[in-house]
Amino acid sequence: MSRPMARPKTRRPKRPARRPKPAARVRRERLSGFRWPSLGGAVVDHARVLVASLGRLASHPLSTLMTVAVIGIALALPAGLHLLVSNGRALGGQWDGAAELSVYLREDVELGAARKLTTDLEKDPDIAEARLIAADDALAEFREYSGFGAAIDALPDNPLPHLIVILPAENNRSAEAVDALRKKLADSLPADLVQADTAWVARLQAMLDLLRRSVLLAGILLAVGVLIIIGNTIRLDIQNRRDEIEVTKLIGATDAFIRRPFLYTGLWYGLLGGLLALLLVAGSLLALDEPVRRLSGLYGSGFRLVGPGMVGAIGLIAAGIALGWLGSWVSATRSMRRIEPGGRQ
Amino acid sequence: MIRFEQVFKRYPGGREALSGVDMSMESGEMAFLTGRSGAGKSTMLKLIGLLERPTRGQVIVDGRNTGGIGRRQIPAFRRQIGMVFQDHKLLHDRTVYDNVALPLVIRGMSGKEIGKRVRAALDQVGLLHTEKVKPMTLSTGEQQRIGIARAVVCKPSLLIADEPTGNLDPDLSMEIMRLFERFHEVGVTVLIASHDLHLIHQLGHRQIELNEGRLTGEEARLV
Repeated sequence: MSRPMARPKTRRPKRPARRPKPAARVRRERLSGFRWPSLGGAVVDHARVLVASLGRLASHPLSTLMTVAVIGIALALPAGLHLLVSNGRALGGQWDGAAELSVYLREDVELGAARKLTTDLEKDPDIAEARLIAADDALAEFREYSGFGAAIDALPDNPLPHLIVILPAENNRSAEAVDALRKKLADSLPADLVQADTAWVARLQAMLDLLRRSVLLAGILLAVGVLIIIGNTIRLDIQNRRDEIEVTKLIGATDAFIRRPFLYTGLWYGLLGGLLALLLVAGSLLALDEPVRRLSGLYGSGFRLVGPGMVGAIGLIAAGIALGWLGSWVSATRSMRRIEPGGRQ
Repeated sequence: MIRFEQVFKRYPGGREALSGVDMSMESGEMAFLTGRSGAGKSTMLKLIGLLERPTRGQVIVDGRNTGGIGRRQIPAFRRQIGMVFQDHKLLHDRTVYDNVALPLVIRGMSGKEIGKRVRAALDQVGLLHTEKVKPMTLSTGEQQRIGIARAVVCKPSLLIADEPTGNLDPDLSMEIMRLFERFHEVGVTVLIASHDLHLIHQLGHRQIELNEGRLTGEEARLV
């Protein structure tokens, strides 16, 4: 008795470390023998339903195509507009830096004084470059290009003032800095008008902000539209398969089981719609790329249209899938409650 | 197995289908529910399968008061019962195999197990060779046997059938009833609604007779 008792005693410290291992192994084996098939079965079942719902869509190619087209266009519209706005913002940002100030000197400022002012301005650290356009030069240029030669000749004297064009210093080109510089120059110089050419950039920005907001609103509306389209399509699908649903309910299928194929159908609609939207956006970009390049070339800018990128593309498809899933879920859940096998009598 | 206690059922139109029915069936029993059409046979079966709820009274199935079973628990409850219908309620866009497999698929069973069980069930109704065809191509009697195979594929302890021979000629009807008897013999509780008295007399099981929503005849005195 004492011997066998003594042996375990010497081993006892090791036991706790060893024991759990076989126990865990047994439990795992049980899992693989009991739970795994059902879990694997569930995965297989989901995969089967996923494929089956795609097959069902493929069996009605025309109606599927039309639904997908509507979803695709509805998704492509806000996506394309959003892209346009973000491109516009990039464009606005590019030209923000090239802001110039035009100082229209008073008429009583002589040419000599104007020259002196220009050289003084060049010394200002806030200013990178100051260029004088003398009144006579401006008039000559105007006569040459405008075609109003005779009319200009009829004028008793030159109506144009001297003009100094100022390019702010590199680190001084933000909208606020340019505006501050404009105020400073308007106060210190004998000028009728100091004009910042950033005004149109600010206006463009404001317009783009407005546009962006509108795109957001349009996006929300169109997303709701997509939800309704998918929801209605699924609702019709459910109506067509009402008998099947009733029978499956009779046999004891849960709502989740019956809903599953419809959810996957919605998912496919969303996915295909998202892909189509992406295709539409990419196609539009391709079509616009050449003219945009030509136009920006004419303005001496190297501006190019920017696409949605990987993140944007994935986002668009994800949005399609999410809307498809949500639309079908709402529709199927509502319908599931209404269809009861006993409810007809 | 089944107990009705003062069960009343009034349909939304105002028609009273059952008026105070008391009935009980032992586990492993086989019984026929008889009476003219409109007597309340289908309603009683619907109450057992929870296709309808009683207006008043209690329906107890397998020791469970069905009144306490919520909407979400109905699927699990129905899985314990095999139901057979007059119009078979088969899915015609699927093969016989898929039809019979449906209750197992619903339970999330694996493909291998499903195959074994489906073939066993089809073998029991003598239609093993039809597994790959669509039900539409089979005769009415065969379709009904497929319906029975689907009802028993999960080995339920209770089998209810609503006019399972309603569309069949006498020979086929007898064949179907013999099939039900076979399940009864292995311990399944079987309740069949039928108005085919001739056939029922031939078989000689317990009869539960309904007339205008009330039990009549032998059964009424027993309770």
